[in-house]
Amino acid sequence: MAVLEQPRQVGLLRRPTSLTGFWSWVTTVDHKRIGILYFWTAFFFLLVGGIEALVMRLQLAHPDLELVTGDRFNELVTMHGTTMIFLAVMPLSSAFFNYMLPLLIGARDVAFPRLNALSYWLYLFGGILLNVSWLFGGAPNAGWFGYAPLTSSVYNLGRGIDFWIQGLQLLGVSSLISAINFIVTIFNMRAPGMSLMRMPVFVWNQLATSFLLLFSLPAVTVALIMLMFDRYFGANFFNAAKGGDAILWQHLFWVFGHPEVYIIILPAMGIVSEVLPTFSRKPLFGYSAVVFSTALIAFLAFGVWSHHMFTVGQGPVVNTVFALTTMTIAIPTGVKIFNWLATLWGGSIRFTTALLYSLGFLSMFTIGGLSGVMHSAAASNLQQHDTYFVVAHFHYVLIGGALFGLFAGIYYWFPKMFGRMLDERLGKWGFWVMLIGFNVTFFPFHFLGLLGMPRRIYTYPAELGLARWNLVSTIGAFILSVGILIFLVNVWKSLRYGEKAGPDPWDGRTLEWSIPSPPPVYNFRRIPYVHTRDPHWARKYPHLAQAEEPPPAATAADSEAEHGIHLPSPSYMPILLALAITVGAFGGVFRNVPLVALGVVGTIVSVYLWSVEGEGGIVVEPEGDA
Amino acid sequence: MAEHHGTGGHALQGPARGPGAAQALAVGHPQGAGHHAHSEVGVTGIDNRKLGMWLFLASECMFFGAFIVAYIAYQGKSLSGPTPEELLNIPLTSLSTFVLLMSSLAMVLAVQAAQQDRQADARKWLLATALLGLGFLSFQAYEYTHFIHAGLTLSVNLFGTTFYTLTGLHGLHVTIGVGWLLALFLRSLKVGLGRAQALSLELAGLYWHFVDVVWIVIFTLVYLMSVLG
Repeated sequence: MAVLEQPRQVGLLRRPTSLTGFWSWVTTVDHKRIGILYFWTAFFFLLVGGIEALVMRLQLAHPDLELVTGDRFNELVTMHGTTMIFLAVMPLSSAFFNYMLPLLIGARDVAFPRLNALSYWLYLFGGILLNVSWLFGGAPNAGWFGYAPLTSSVYNLGRGIDFWIQGLQLLGVSSLISAINFIVTIFNMRAPGMSLMRMPVFVWNQLATSFLLLFSLPAVTVALIMLMFDRYFGANFFNAAKGGDAILWQHLFWVFGHPEVYIIILPAMGIVSEVLPTFSRKPLFGYSAVVFSTALIAFLAFGVWSHHMFTVGQGPVVNTVFALTTMTIAIPTGVKIFNWLATLWGGSIRFTTALLYSLGFLSMFTIGGLSGVMHSAAASNLQQHDTYFVVAHFHYVLIGGALFGLFAGIYYWFPKMFGRMLDERLGKWGFWVMLIGFNVTFFPFHFLGLLGMPRRIYTYPAELGLARWNLVSTIGAFILSVGILIFLVNVWKSLRYGEKAGPDPWDGRTLEWSIPSPPPVYNFRRIPYVHTRDPHWARKYPHLAQAEEPPPAATAADSEAEHGIHLPSPSYMPILLALAITVGAFGGVFRNVPLVALGVVGTIVSVYLWSVEGEGGIVVEPEGDA
Repeated sequence: MAEHHGTGGHALQGPARGPGAAQALAVGHPQGAGHHAHSEVGVTGIDNRKLGMWLFLASECMFFGAFIVAYIAYQGKSLSGPTPEELLNIPLTSLSTFVLLMSSLAMVLAVQAAQQDRQADARKWLLATALLGLGFLSFQAYEYTHFIHAGLTLSVNLFGTTFYTLTGLHGLHVTIGVGWLLALFLRSLKVGLGRAQALSLELAGLYWHFVDVVWIVIFTLVYLMSVLG
C-alpha cells in the first residue's frame, strides 16, 4: 500500500506519519487498531478481576480463615466488581464495537476517529488510576455501587473512595464519547442500500447499548459529583445530620446501574445473533422481532431501577409498579431466546467453539434470567435481598450470559481480527472446562443464599453450615480459571502457529467476511452496495437469497478506488488530551490544587490544538485488485 | 432530533423498494460512506458533527435533569436558614436572565450572518454573544458574593448545597461556552467567519442555546416558584 498524500502541517505538533511501530499505535485513529487495544487491555483487566475473585474464594473456602483481613476483603469485593464491569466486560464489548462496526455496515471508519482514540486512552488511564489506589493507601472499599453514607468522609477516611470517584468519572467520559461516536456512525455512515432494517443485529444491539449509555451515564456522573462535593467541600447531599438523604444516592446510582446491566448484556446478545445464523446456515429467525425486542429492552431498562431498592421501604405502590415493569422485561428477552432457538431449528449446524459458547450463553443466561424474575417479585425479594442468591443470579447473567457471549465473539471474530484461526480442539476443551467450572462455582451460591449467607462477608463461623458449598465453589473457581488458561494458551498458539484464516473461514453472512483477514487499513477497496440482509451470503449464494433490488450501475466509491482512498491521519492529540484530563483527576484524588490546575490548563490547550489541527487526512492507494 | 427521526423513519419502513428509494440512498452515498470523517452530510442528511452535538445535548438533559430532581427532592427540607425566600432577588435575576436571553439572540444573528457570508457582522454578533455571556456570569458572581455574606454557604444547609451545585454547574457551562465563543472569535481573525466556518459557529450556537434553555428551567424552578410558594 502506498501513501499518496500526506497532510500539510498545522499547529505546533508535527502530524505523526508512521504507519508501523510503537508510535503508530500511540497515535492511531484506525478503528481496527483501537479495537485491538481495547481487546488486550480488557483481557488484562479481566485477569486482574479474576485474581481478585480467586483471593476472595480462597478466603471463603473454609470457616474462620484469616487469609486476608476484613478491610482488605472489602477492597477486593469493590475492586472485583468495579474492574469486571467497567474495565473488563464493557471494554471487551467495546473492542468488538470498535473493530466490527465499520466492517459490518460497510464504512471506512467511525464518524469521529480521533474521539474514538480519546475514548480508549481515557479508558486505559481510568483503569490505571483505579488500580494504583492499591499502592496509595488502599483501594475503594464501599462496594461497586458505593452506597452512601459508607462513602462519606466521616465513615471512609482513606483515599480509596476518591480514587473510585475520579476513576469512574474518567471511564464515564470515555463511554459517553464512544456512545455518541457509535450512534452517529450507525445513523450516518452505513453503506448505500443498508437501511436500518438491513443492519446486522449486532449493530442494532450496539445502537441500543449506545443509547443506554447516552442517557444513563449522566445519572452516575451527577451522583459522583454530589459525592465529590460532599467529601471535598462539605456539601450535604448525603449528610443525614443536615437533612440529606442516603436514598438519593441509591436512586441516582440505579437509574444508571440498571441500564448498565443491559449495557453489559446487549452486546453479547448481538454477538449470539450473528454466530447462531452463521453456524446454522440459516438467516436469523424473526429478525424484526429480535430488533424490536432489543429496542423494547433498552426502553424498559430505564423503568426498573427501584427493584434494587425493594427493601428500602418505598411502600407497596412503588414496589408493585417496579415489580411489574421488571417482570415485563422478561417478555422481550424471552422473545429473543425463542428466536435464537428457532434459528437453530432445522439448520445445518456446525458445532464450532463459537457456537458452543453461544449455546452456553443461551442456557446459562436463561438460568440467570429466571432467578432474575424471582427477584422481581417484591415479596420474595425481601428474603433474597443481599444474600448469595443474588450473587448467583448476577454471575449467571454476567459470566454465563455476557462473558460466554463475548467468548463466542472472540472465537468467531478472532480470525478476522488477527488473520489466524484459533485451535478448535483446544477451544472446545476450554469451553467445557469453563462451563463446568462456572457451574460448580456459582450454582452453589443459590443454596448458600437460600441458607441465608449474606453478601460481602469476609468469613463465617463453622456452625452456620455454609462450609461445604463454599468449599465446592472455591474448587469450581479454580476449574473456571483453568478454562481461562486454556483459552490463553490457545491465543498464544494461534498467534504463533495458527492456521491462516483467509477472508471467509466460517462461510459467513455479513460484510466483514467479504474482505481480507485482517482487513486492510481502508477496510473496503470499494464501498459495497447492500441490497439485502446478510449481503455477503446473498452474493455467494444468489439462488438461496432473494436480492430485493438490483445494485446501481456505478457509485462514487468506484472512482475513489482508482484515485486513492482518503483516510484520517494519525494524531498525538487524543493521548495528550486524555493525559491532561488524567493529570487533573489525579490531582483531584490528592486534593493537589497545582496538579488540578495543570490538568485544566492542559485540557484547554489540548482541546484548542485538537480543533486547530483538524481531521487531516492521508490518501492511500489500495493494493491488489478488488 | 426531529430531522433525524424523519430520515430514520424512512429507513425503518423496511427494505427500500423501487428506483426512487434506491436512488435516494445512492445519492447519500458519496458522503455517507464517508472517507472524510468531518464536515460530512451522512445518510440522515445531517452533518456528523451536528448529529453528535444533538446527542451530547440529549445526554446533558439527563445531567441537568438529575440535579434539578435533587433540588426538588430537597426543596424545603433544610434544617436551618437561610431560606430561598430570604435571599433570592427576583428583579435582579430577571435582569440577568434577560441578558442571557439576549445573548441567544446575538448568537442567532451571528450564525445567520456567517451563513450569508457577512463576515464583519458575524464577528460583531459573536463577540456580543460572548460579552453578554460574561455579563450573565458577572451577575452570578455578584449574587454568590452577596449570598455568602448573608450566610448561605455550600455546607450550611440543603438549600446551599443544591443551589450552589445546580447554578454553579450551569455557570460552568456558560463559562465553557464563553471560552468556546472567544476561541472561535480569535480563530476567525485568522481564517475568517463566513460560510466555510458557519457550521463550527452553529455547533457552538446549539450548545449556547441549550445552556440558555436550562437557565429558563432553573430560573423558573429555583427563583420564580420559590416566591410563588
